[in-house]
Amino acid sequence: MRARANSIPARIPPGWVESPLLLLPAAVVFCAFFLFPMGRLALIGGSGPLGWGAYGAALSDPRYLASLASTILLAAATTLVTLIVSTVSGVFLTRHRFSGRSLVVSMLTLPLAFPGVVIGFMVIMLGGRQGLIPSMTDALFGERWVFAYSMTGLFIGYLYFSIPRTILTIMASAEKLDPRIEEAARSLGAGPMRVALDVIVPALKPALVAAGAICFATAMGAFGTAFTLATRINVLPMVIYTEFTLQANIAMAAALSFVLGAITWAALALARSVSGTSVAAAG
Amino acid sequence: MTQGPADRSIQRGPGRGITFWLQLLITVLLCVFLILPVMMSLLAGFTANYLEGWSSGLTTAWLIKVLAEYHASIALSLQVAFACLACNLLIGVPAAYALFRSPSRASRVIEELLVMPVAVPGLATALALIVTFGGLGEWRQSWLFILIGHVLFTLPFMVRSVLAVMSSIDLAALEEAARSLGANFWQRMVYVVLPNSAGGIVAGSLMVVTLSLGEFNMTLLLHTPLTKTLPVGLADAYASLRLEVGSAYTVIFFVLIVPLLIALQRVNGRSR
Repeated sequence: MRARANSIPARIPPGWVESPLLLLPAAVVFCAFFLFPMGRLALIGGSGPLGWGAYGAALSDPRYLASLASTILLAAATTLVTLIVSTVSGVFLTRHRFSGRSLVVSMLTLPLAFPGVVIGFMVIMLGGRQGLIPSMTDALFGERWVFAYSMTGLFIGYLYFSIPRTILTIMASAEKLDPRIEEAARSLGAGPMRVALDVIVPALKPALVAAGAICFATAMGAFGTAFTLATRINVLPMVIYTEFTLQANIAMAAALSFVLGAITWAALALARSVSGTSVAAAG
Repeated sequence: MTQGPADRSIQRGPGRGITFWLQLLITVLLCVFLILPVMMSLLAGFTANYLEGWSSGLTTAWLIKVLAEYHASIALSLQVAFACLACNLLIGVPAAYALFRSPSRASRVIEELLVMPVAVPGLATALALIVTFGGLGEWRQSWLFILIGHVLFTLPFMVRSVLAVMSSIDLAALEEAARSLGANFWQRMVYVVLPNSAGGIVAGSLMVVTLSLGEFNMTLLLHTPLTKTLPVGLADAYASLRLEVGSAYTVIFFVLIVPLLIALQRVNGRSR
């Protein structure tokens, strides 16, 4: 980004009319189909039986508060586990060259753009009624351990879509690490754990914060996976969907959408302020 | 603290100590976790009876059943994806160029705003579109309603992909050279700007088509029974049809999307 700012000045004579004109079509589409509708939605959020109190209810009604809390908890747990395993694997893959390495990287990043519904189905393949793990536990312990249609299944699904994109970010950042610093720490007697915590993690910190924030935001707003697994799972996007379709409570759905949108937007703004560029696709 | 030769070998570099094997184990487990379910659904899509396993025989019956029932959804998704790509090329690429030409505070804000539809959950965007334009009957029934959502959602990916490439080369100098040789605006566009940004446009295009084909969060609310896209049909099949049919449908989705993802990995790998 900074390079762009530096390379421009002086060379281009002023009086360019093309630039604003070229931006116009995108700006018109964006204003007409995003800003304006979002403004309408914000007003509708305040036009229900509760009036503007709907926004307060979204943050104080125990029912919504419980789902907000469980969504945040789930997103936080997903972020934590994803960061740990992705860092271990990402640093490993940047440090070691072996035959088949690029295949491993392709395999780890393939699910990058799988939609949430498909990821829900992947969880069903693993832990659903006819899934692999329940069949295995059936053979081993005589009991089918079906976990797909619950919070556990959702957690597994969120890990599934968070890991590929996090590994990519970590690998890009780990490539810039200087192995000699770790070597120095090691020669001074630091064990692997100390090296990891005192040398590698601090050096990767910007990437970890950025990737973690994206991971958190995506897990907060993800909807397709929960929709596939079970409509009973009490996460915020699911609550918004049921308020809108089953209860026809559009005002409440709108208010909850804004609360959710504010959280995901804030998390992504954090990621972008740390790393400069990062766009995440919602699952 | 003995420094015998055995200790040494563990300490030398990021060598083959226990950490190495632990990291390898986690990496392998991650691969299995991510790829195994994909493989299983490929198998299930071609198995006559998944519960009985392979012994029940292989079949393409499920695939044919899905194609017969959902071919309209698949066609609609392709239609939306390519229309979405066309819109992105028409409005996204010029927007990226405009943002590149005038890197002011205002363009930073615009760039920031354009990312909003990705940062805000798709459900919210879809709700906003429905409450604003849902009343217009014919419009609501049309596939263009879905297209709008997809364009909003994919636009930042195209803009950022193109912008990144434009910023990484000294496009301003190239253009200035062309201008000093007398090239007018359109000549510079066609012969200098577009060819030099081709990498970003290709990567952005692959991303746009991939995302549009898989978009579900918005489309679930935007669609009508007559405008059901592939992922909406997938959710349908997962919920109400047997596992083999859901798998066969997933196979069709993979056939469409995996080549795009591999191409995307290639393009990104080359530019890195």
